[in-house]
Amino acid sequence: MSASFEDSDYKYMYPDERGHFGNYGGKFVSETLMGPLEDLEKEYLRLREDSFFLDELDEDLRNYVGRPSPLYYAERLTREVEGAHIFLKREDLNHTGAHKINNCIGQALLAKNMGKKRIIAETGAGQHGVASATVAARFGLECQVYMGSEDIKRQSLNVYRMKLLGADVVPVSSGSRTLKDALNEAMRDWVANIDNTHYIIGTVAGPHPYPMIVRDFQSVIGKETRKQFLEKNGCLPDVLVACVGGGSNAIGIFHSFLGDSSVSLVGVEAGGLGLESGQHAAPLNRGKVGVLHGNRTYLMSDERGQIVQTHSISAGLDYPGVGPEHALLKDIRRVDYVTVEDAEAMDAFRRLNLLEGILPALESSHAVAYAIKLAKKMKKEQSIVVNLSGRGDKDIPTVAELDGITI
Amino acid sequence: MSRLSVTLSDLIQRGKKSLVVYVVAGDPSPDQTVALMDTIVDAGADVIELGIPFSDPEAEGPVIQKAHERALENEISLSSCLEMVKSFRKKNRQTPVVLMGYLNPIEAMGYEVFSRKASESGVDGTILVNLPPEEIVSFQGSLEKNDIEPVFLLAPTTNEKRGKLICETSRGFVYYVSVKGTTGRAEIDISEVGKRVEFFKQQSSLPILVGFGIRDPDTARQIGSVADGVVIGSAVVEMIDLYSPSSEEMLARVSDFVKKVRSALDGS
Repeated sequence: MSASFEDSDYKYMYPDERGHFGNYGGKFVSETLMGPLEDLEKEYLRLREDSFFLDELDEDLRNYVGRPSPLYYAERLTREVEGAHIFLKREDLNHTGAHKINNCIGQALLAKNMGKKRIIAETGAGQHGVASATVAARFGLECQVYMGSEDIKRQSLNVYRMKLLGADVVPVSSGSRTLKDALNEAMRDWVANIDNTHYIIGTVAGPHPYPMIVRDFQSVIGKETRKQFLEKNGCLPDVLVACVGGGSNAIGIFHSFLGDSSVSLVGVEAGGLGLESGQHAAPLNRGKVGVLHGNRTYLMSDERGQIVQTHSISAGLDYPGVGPEHALLKDIRRVDYVTVEDAEAMDAFRRLNLLEGILPALESSHAVAYAIKLAKKMKKEQSIVVNLSGRGDKDIPTVAELDGITI
Repeated sequence: MSRLSVTLSDLIQRGKKSLVVYVVAGDPSPDQTVALMDTIVDAGADVIELGIPFSDPEAEGPVIQKAHERALENEISLSSCLEMVKSFRKKNRQTPVVLMGYLNPIEAMGYEVFSRKASESGVDGTILVNLPPEEIVSFQGSLEKNDIEPVFLLAPTTNEKRGKLICETSRGFVYYVSVKGTTGRAEIDISEVGKRVEFFKQQSSLPILVGFGIRDPDTARQIGSVADGVVIGSAVVEMIDLYSPSSEEMLARVSDFVKKVRSALDGS
């Protein structure tokens, strides 16, 4: 069964009952949301033991999302790099083209079980918005997606796609008019409509229990990877690499391997124009601990505690915070967090197109770029698995523009 | 007991309702904040609630969000808010000042440093929207040491168990949020608010003040009949924005409005 929640037998027990991942996480929200968050947690903890719910989830993951997603050996890329074997976990082949749908299916089923007829979501690049609009159509729920007015301009294709799916896209013109402001606005909507609305947060951030729920729904990626790699190679991979914005695809693939000390885990943050330039989205590398969007974590904030503008070529990584579990995994040094700059990600994007015929999302291209660098330094018999978290069709206009081509 | 507790219990003893008025520090401009605070006190407010501008004010409606944005454009930091309180205190030693805001600017300054500086500046309390009582532990000691009272919020969705915790942890007063929603929403069900306030009264010896969505003197009067007082925010902040081109007119309008609310409350 691809969707089960049994923990492996290692002693990593987070979050605690108050939703803390060590010093991080928690529930830093206005009082109005505390009750609904408690209800959500109670309902989720009940449902994850409920075999009917799990069967329903499993059925949809198989026949609607198309799981399990393949684990593909990138032979030509490996040969050209002349280093460790590179495998790609093909989350880009999921329905709607990214890992986001794993979480959305799970949360839509949660909403249905809680009797909520309306779902809301925030989106940056539009992938989570599209996945939310998709499950809303699939389950007959009303759907509103909050999106920064700047992002709406940059991602018109996804905006139209959400409308085709019957969702209402609400422009957010407060603050920096990007993903973080869309999240603020979705929280405000939720406070006002908690009676009939479920808020589908798209990443492993937000107040408890969201980081736990999203992680659990995404952990199917790592469970499959583990099984597929063992079947193919009779051993575990040496390194897993995933990009980290909020961090849901990374947690998803890492989680089943946290107890395997032989497997190195690498999270790749958006280095933007370079860490020294200040134009990046790398809170784990250059951020400070603080509180935003309901949890304590590493944040891109100034010395006065104001959240600052981030930059990345990929809208999905362009977020000033990161899931609290990543903050813990950084501190306990279980995961290495590195950065890849815009230009390196672009280079990897092109190479994967040319060498493997795979169009990766710019987000995932960050992970590919790091894997290429790392593979060169590793032995030829070693292996890396890259979480190819999404496909890059949505990025074609951005890339074309960089090439000076008008489509 | 700080100035806040003393002032509010004194009002209750005199059979008067408390009026708390909110403005954002540095809105419309840094040099007008202290004048606004003075005007609001002269017009009859009992407590000033001073908003600390934040880049991501999650619980605010559009009116107060814009005020935060204006204040941030004016480069207002937590330190400059404290400076404003200090300068307000040069003339006014009686009126309690409560800082309202979000946790991150305070964490960036550090709990110890903030508590000490706030106390030195003449701050009496805090209302931190995204700090629930469960998470205050590491902050409580330094607040207490510096005689700053943390005020907590109750919401329409708060159950009995949480209500008890909130009432036990809160100091000065307990703030009942009258609507499910952000600040400035005007859909208050007075009798429902009355029932909830009465319910929480059984768990608390502190005054319970009601805020969020009280936009006019008449609503204030009605809320005054079921609670110990009211908090007015968006209505004043909206006025500040509307009349900000003329400082004189802005102060006159705000004064007039606060006076009307005061007399409506006194008649309730």
